[in-house]
Amino acid sequence: MTRKQRRLTIIGCALGVLALAAALVLNALRDSIVFFSTPTVVAEQRFAPGRRFRLGGLVQPGSLKRGDNLAVTFEIADRNAKLPVAYKGILPDLFREGQGVVAEGMLDASGVFKADTVLAKHDENYMPKDVADALKKQGHWKDDYSANEADGTFASQGAASAAQGVMR
Amino acid sequence: MIAESGHYALVLALGLALIQSTIPLLGARLNDPALMNVARSTALAQLLFVASSFAALVMLHVTSDFSVANVFENSHSLKPLVYKITGVWGNHEGSMLLWVSILALFGGLVAAFGSNLPLSLRARVLAVQAWIASAFYLFILTTSNPFLRLPDPPIEGRDLNPVLQDIGLAVHPPMLYLGYVGFSISFSFAIAALVEGRIDAAWARWVRPWTLVAWIFLTLGIAMGSYWAYYELGWGGWWFWDPVENASLMPWLAGTALLHSALVMEKRNALKVWTILLSILTFSLSLLGTFLVRSGVLTSVHAFATDPTRGVFILLILSVFVGGSLMLFVWRASTLKRGGLFSPISREGALVLNNLFLTTACATVFVGTLYPLALEVVSGAKISVGAPFFNLTFAPLFVPLMIAVPFGPMLAWKRGDLMGAAQRLLAAGATALLALAVTWAWARGGSALAPLAIALAVFVIVGAFTDLAERISLFRNPVAYVLARARGLPRSVWGTAFAHAGIGVALIGIVCETTWNTEYIGTMKEGDVMKIAGYELRMDSLTQRLGPNYRELVASFIVSLNSERLSKMTPSKRSFTTRGGMSTTEAALLTRGVSQLYISLGDATADGGIAVRIYHKPLVLLIWFGPILMALGGMLSLSDRRLRVGAPRPAEALRRLQVAE
Repeated sequence: MTRKQRRLTIIGCALGVLALAAALVLNALRDSIVFFSTPTVVAEQRFAPGRRFRLGGLVQPGSLKRGDNLAVTFEIADRNAKLPVAYKGILPDLFREGQGVVAEGMLDASGVFKADTVLAKHDENYMPKDVADALKKQGHWKDDYSANEADGTFASQGAASAAQGVMR
Repeated sequence: MIAESGHYALVLALGLALIQSTIPLLGARLNDPALMNVARSTALAQLLFVASSFAALVMLHVTSDFSVANVFENSHSLKPLVYKITGVWGNHEGSMLLWVSILALFGGLVAAFGSNLPLSLRARVLAVQAWIASAFYLFILTTSNPFLRLPDPPIEGRDLNPVLQDIGLAVHPPMLYLGYVGFSISFSFAIAALVEGRIDAAWARWVRPWTLVAWIFLTLGIAMGSYWAYYELGWGGWWFWDPVENASLMPWLAGTALLHSALVMEKRNALKVWTILLSILTFSLSLLGTFLVRSGVLTSVHAFATDPTRGVFILLILSVFVGGSLMLFVWRASTLKRGGLFSPISREGALVLNNLFLTTACATVFVGTLYPLALEVVSGAKISVGAPFFNLTFAPLFVPLMIAVPFGPMLAWKRGDLMGAAQRLLAAGATALLALAVTWAWARGGSALAPLAIALAVFVIVGAFTDLAERISLFRNPVAYVLARARGLPRSVWGTAFAHAGIGVALIGIVCETTWNTEYIGTMKEGDVMKIAGYELRMDSLTQRLGPNYRELVASFIVSLNSERLSKMTPSKRSFTTRGGMSTTEAALLTRGVSQLYISLGDATADGGIAVRIYHKPLVLLIWFGPILMALGGMLSLSDRRLRVGAPRPAEALRRLQVAE
């Protein structure tokens, strides 16, 4: 093989792998991303049941009810709307009424959001980013959330995942 | 006084870094040894001053001087001493100070042990190192000063985030930073080479040990962080594809590629331009990681918006260094001479393939991490890209890479024999098929993916040691002779085998944990019995206990196997008095071989029971033994004689100049 042919082989391989990667990425982006929404948007746009999304807002004070076998129901609210949420499992350490929370799941036929994941970050001042933005847009912002933001951003993989108190 | 001296030392370090970033360059330009040697002394002095600044901050934390804002916000007088020390880097300001201290440490090491480098190269490397240092000193001094005093000193501090009050904090961030920041050395070498317009195999021989050191620490740091998340979070997950994790994974992937391409350059004087580019990219990804984590852009756009100085400052550092170095690369890369030829089927070809897949995998992680941010900036839409995305992109790219791993060391340099290598790997392939059959039979059907993945892992492990076994003529000669040959083998060959086997080991752990993990989530009361994976767990008691700065609810479980008592497990839930009753979950782990039982507690129920989560995780420890094996391989390689003494001595004339410095 000449130098040119060798180079072409390598470049051909590289392009092949890159094309494969691009195809994988585009495919995955179509199928596996989850959009974020708020109760207001859900109410306005009448989300279809069975579509997966993330729902963020504050846990409505007084709405948390524990059922049998770790079943819990609560409401996620923003300024204009609220949505009932059903979840089965152990809630994150920092799950409190009145605090920001993000739940992932889908609506069922009766309009209840069936969550399979509830996220709360391990910091008492932390507000999930999506929730903070959404609430801020609606003028529902409390200043104390902004205090001490440095904790939530600690530079370590462990702590940051610690922050990601995902529940399964 | 201590705070002020610490601050002052940091300012002095900035001054020294500014001198170090200019004078040696001028010296290299004018070929003036005296000016070039300024780099050495300033680098060492800089290290001294940063180290004392860091020591000052440690002192402040240990003595609980709450008149300093940083100590007040992150410490408490009742906190155990070890967490007072580790708490120093458990916050933004302190961790940035650790970052620059480690940067100065690496600079100091090059200065101290780089006496066999050509004088001009050393001067330029240290100057580039000082550019980075100056930028980050400025960042700390202007936006994140850890030594700020409070006008009215409070009596008590606000304590460290309880999640961080763990021994993991003592080990994980320093290791991770040693890795992250260690790549600055190969970056500085790359920039210096571009400025000099000269690069050769000797250059790679100097760069490789430094890259290897950084890579070892990064590997251990990531593994340690993963284990920490596993036991501290209480739900048994060990990797989340969280942006902050990805921020450390990207430099690791690029750094692994760099290690391999530097090998080609050292041995065959080929892939020069690519190696330089990889050096630049690896450190750029480290900087990107620092930006993602430190600017607050991930956890809260809000933090970024209320205190834009930090985010904008790091973004500025990032763009100047990445943009500048890439521009320099485009401008100067053509001056580098092209190196040796090789056929596509050869050791070089295999290493190119390795680089191709590693960098592409790195690119998919990059896309998955930054796409949500970019989309939000551009269109305002918020999406989350989680594990499914990475499983669909990263995993398919890693499979061909792993198949290729055993072939690499079997191929000869320049022109290899693929059929020959395949023949030599027959035993490994057969073992893999056997593993496939056994796992398949044991799992009784189920997903075909898991047995296939196990077979792949076994192929990698056995393949890694096949080369070794051939070289020491195992089973073909008397034991004494084999041992003698094993001793005579270069350590780097052992290193390669261990590092490659490590990937396979980790893969086995990952597959077993994700496929055959059993879990039970429910409520239990005193006396309740739970059976999981053959183990019997009886909840013996549920009691309250008082710790130094927390209260905890402790459940005690008696674990037995075949009605024989094995051990007691005591998971707890801690409630910290200092941080508004914030609570953490302390999981209890019982290790059996390399498998683990895992219990963590949820909330207490009204009727006196408690929510529990019990997992049986088969072979889970292999996930972290793999990286440890990889790091061990790295260390063996590092101790290889060839790396230590291989670097050519500078010419006699140059040496005399250095003595006269």
